[in-house]
Amino acid sequence: MHPFIPPAIEVEDLVKSYGEVDAVRGVSFAVPPGEVFGFLGPNGAGKSTTINMLCTLVTPTAGTARVSGFDVVTRRDEVRRHIGLVFQDPTLDLQLTAAQNLRLHGDLYGIGAEVIPARMDQMLRMVGLADRRDQRVITFSGGMKRRLEIARGLMHSPRVLFLDEPTIGLDPQTRSSIWRYIRALQESEGTTIFMTTHYMDEAEFCDRIAIMDRGEIVVLDTPEALKAGVGADRVVLGTADDDAALAALRDRFGIEASVAEGAVTFHVENGEAFVPRLFAELDVAITSVAVSRPTLDDVFMRHTGTTIRDAETGGPADLNRAMMRAMAGAKR
Amino acid sequence: MSALVADVVAVRVPERTWRSEARAVKTVWRRDMIRFLGNRAQTMTWLIQPLLFLFVLGSGLQSLSAASTDGVDLKTFIFPGVVCIAVLFTAMISAASLVWDRELGFLREMMVAPVSRTSIIVGKCLGAATIAASQGAIVLALAGFVDVPYDPVLLLGALGLLVLLAFTVTAFGVLVAVTIKQAQTFTWVMQMVVFPMLFLSGALYPVAGLPAWLEVLNRINPLTYAVDPMRHLVFSHLDVSEAARRTLDPGVTWFGWRVPSLVEVGVVVLLGLAMMGVAIRRFSRTD
Repeated sequence: MHPFIPPAIEVEDLVKSYGEVDAVRGVSFAVPPGEVFGFLGPNGAGKSTTINMLCTLVTPTAGTARVSGFDVVTRRDEVRRHIGLVFQDPTLDLQLTAAQNLRLHGDLYGIGAEVIPARMDQMLRMVGLADRRDQRVITFSGGMKRRLEIARGLMHSPRVLFLDEPTIGLDPQTRSSIWRYIRALQESEGTTIFMTTHYMDEAEFCDRIAIMDRGEIVVLDTPEALKAGVGADRVVLGTADDDAALAALRDRFGIEASVAEGAVTFHVENGEAFVPRLFAELDVAITSVAVSRPTLDDVFMRHTGTTIRDAETGGPADLNRAMMRAMAGAKR
Repeated sequence: MSALVADVVAVRVPERTWRSEARAVKTVWRRDMIRFLGNRAQTMTWLIQPLLFLFVLGSGLQSLSAASTDGVDLKTFIFPGVVCIAVLFTAMISAASLVWDRELGFLREMMVAPVSRTSIIVGKCLGAATIAASQGAIVLALAGFVDVPYDPVLLLGALGLLVLLAFTVTAFGVLVAVTIKQAQTFTWVMQMVVFPMLFLSGALYPVAGLPAWLEVLNRINPLTYAVDPMRHLVFSHLDVSEAARRTLDPGVTWFGWRVPSLVEVGVVVLLGLAMMGVAIRRFSRTD
């Protein structure tokens, strides 16, 4: 991070309350320019509310936030000039063609009329919709619409691109191509990317991740550091004699293993380095070995005590979520 | 990946100026035009109701009314009113697109753009008003079918009046659209506000000699002040008896004072501006 460039996003003690319910309860973080920053958490954790405050659509109850150096409350216009947005819900005009949607965006953002066609072609090529430019959006599939929204969000070269669940409900192929665009963009224009997701596997594409639960950031770090924080890798062994293997592991390595689902399973730091030693020193025949690194699922579980899936289907945060849905409905 | 992005077309978003705001107004307006022109078949169906009034109701009631209209065809009499009805319906339906924009998400695209909310509302008012005025103009073009002469002064004057009416009704529709949040509610507003406005306006009957209660409702109805000058304009180009003129084009009076057309037009324009102002204020509130 360059010492003279201000953070792309700077948030201090940001709070948003709807009546009695605190949707966001005092979050603080900073995102350096050019970073891909992920907000991970279950529905209703406060991710979308935070994004809405950062992109000036919702006024914070307390705290401050600056985007591209501008305060989101007092310098709203400046913030809007410097950000791009891709919402969770579609915001395209379905009656217009892809090209008409992009042109409309360029006009609203005041981009020079002479560069709009070239920029538009480039964006459409990037998301693979160049051959669809003159078709009405109503004929597009869900994935095509989302790609077009991303192209539109980038039309005006934003300094910060906000993506609220950009890949939700999309097939894996479209999801991975969307990730390609996001990375390409970050390389070409140095765009800072702030995104929310509740897909654990996607969060790993981010440079840093904040895990949010019930309106608070519970932990913030790189995916690697977060996973390292969870600790040991999981090693699963298939052996000729499980009992002998258990005994040998205990005697020789001091590891308490157990048999789970028909295989010897144990946890050890730095599992990949451990496996060669195991082969050399264990005098029981090994038929298979699998080492798995901790995933962000493990991270989320460790910091919130529940999995994302469970967090979305029950528990005390439900009231918060119900309230959020009610608010979202009322806003419309 | 680098091949993908090698030839980046550099763009930048300029600071807000009055020129960028004017461009935003034009952009919002042009979107409505694109949608209108792409959907002509659908918008034409909005004319069915006014045309039913004109040709079916007008023809059907002709035999009943013949005795009292001093030789003027009922269709000719209600023609200026029907032009206003066409504008009224179309302007309200077009303004309702703002509710649909909210429902279908597109409104957010405009809300987060670096343009003022004022520009969005003004653009929307002008867009819906343009659509309503063109629909009104189509009905106006039928003048010959109901014995109204194609006089340039009459046509231009009527066009000007319907443009102003289109703007005012649109401003009202946009005000309703930014106030209510759901599309269903708009249908309710059409039933509870637009139809009463239509029937209280004198579009289908003369505004003199009404029962007191109806006269009061008629005089506080904004549409009255668009229908009356329109009818006056049409009748000034008709060759009818003095008696017919007195009965059918009596003019709107305030406590016995015949309100001049210019004042009526002024009422329409001021109301439109005022409602647009309130709509802008409401729309500008965030959160």
